[in-house]
Amino acid sequence: MAHEDDHDDHHKHGSEMSEMQLRVRALETVLAEKGYIDPAALDVMIEAYETRIGPHNGARVVARAWADPAFKRALLEDATKAAQSLGLIDRVGDHLIAVENSPTLHNMIVCTLCSCYPWEVLGLPPVWYKSAPYRSRAVSDPRGVLTDFGLTLPSDTQIRVWDSTAETRFVVVPMRPAGADGWSEEKLAALVTRDCMIGTGLPKNPREVA
Amino acid sequence: MDGVHDMGGMHGFGKVEPEADEPVFHAYWEARCLALNRAMGAIGAWTIDEGRSGIERLASDVYLASSYYGKWALRLENMTIERGLAGADEIAAGHALRPAKPLKRKLTVTDVPRTLTRGSFFRQAPAPARFKAGDRVRTKNIHPATHTRLPRYARGHVGTVEAIRGCHVFPDSVAIGAGENPQWLYTVLFDGRELWGDNTDPTLKVSIEAFEPYLEAT
Repeated sequence: MAHEDDHDDHHKHGSEMSEMQLRVRALETVLAEKGYIDPAALDVMIEAYETRIGPHNGARVVARAWADPAFKRALLEDATKAAQSLGLIDRVGDHLIAVENSPTLHNMIVCTLCSCYPWEVLGLPPVWYKSAPYRSRAVSDPRGVLTDFGLTLPSDTQIRVWDSTAETRFVVVPMRPAGADGWSEEKLAALVTRDCMIGTGLPKNPREVA
Repeated sequence: MDGVHDMGGMHGFGKVEPEADEPVFHAYWEARCLALNRAMGAIGAWTIDEGRSGIERLASDVYLASSYYGKWALRLENMTIERGLAGADEIAAGHALRPAKPLKRKLTVTDVPRTLTRGSFFRQAPAPARFKAGDRVRTKNIHPATHTRLPRYARGHVGTVEAIRGCHVFPDSVAIGAGENPQWLYTVLFDGRELWGDNTDPTLKVSIEAFEPYLEAT
């Protein structure tokens, strides 16, 4: 968890960090003194993002889809409703859409305009997802981007990039890897990485986890 | 607006650099900054689209040089001042110097669960959808100086309506204070070569989420 006295990235961000620390603290003090916000509410919000809301939720959704064909159909039909039925977080917002990979199709998610991301199932987006290199190249050179992640797909696999330009949010359902037959849902979830649900990675090899 | 935020297809930004075991926040101020921004949204200080527009209106050199949460902090500062919620002098002083402008609600601990669920953007449709799945459509060649969600790389191109996503709040209207003006939303699929030319990987397809006013029949 991040704490006020953390200085672990002092060297990397240097002056921006100390300057931003002061600016954000000043803003918070003013907005709290004005009575708009309660700093204790911010604490609760931050704790939720650091503990409850994260890719472990998406991993459970994908694992259930792998284990239960009826759930997978329901997920592809209405991801908000299907994800909600697992009861992982308080409520899944509208407009969540699950898209499925196949041997001939690989899906990738991006937001070229800002940082739209299915955070209810994946948590807050990683820095690279919000970065200029990813946002600029994902739509024009996705195979090049995948190379940056160490991933090369067969040259005849169709690449489908979803640019999240509205309030619809996408999550990739990757293919279930071979070698995990009979695995429990919990064990399957351990194969599901954040990146494979964005489309910049593949699930872990069952041999790595078993 | 045709700003640097609209990055799809631009060259020169280099390689993607994933960070192994990335923490949720890299510094405590990032967490406070995220929560403050969300809190101001939750109390109705501004909508998500006005907030996005607030980031896009940062000067382009500032946009490119600032970290992600750095941009959020600047947006928070600018919009707080713009909306008369606090003065630049108060932010500089780090304390409130005047009474607050009344807002509809305050964010308290019990409100937090509500803020952790995204709102619904579905709205009653004012008219039937103009397009259906399978229709060929052309995106308009528009260049509004204000907020839009039609990316530059996808303007003036022919694609296929793949799905209708319902009738949604229209960001282009909300961001300029012109009301929600609900519009049908479609997933429109383009062949990579239509967007980027004949030398493009023939296996590439790209979709955008396009509001009806962005589209015309071919």
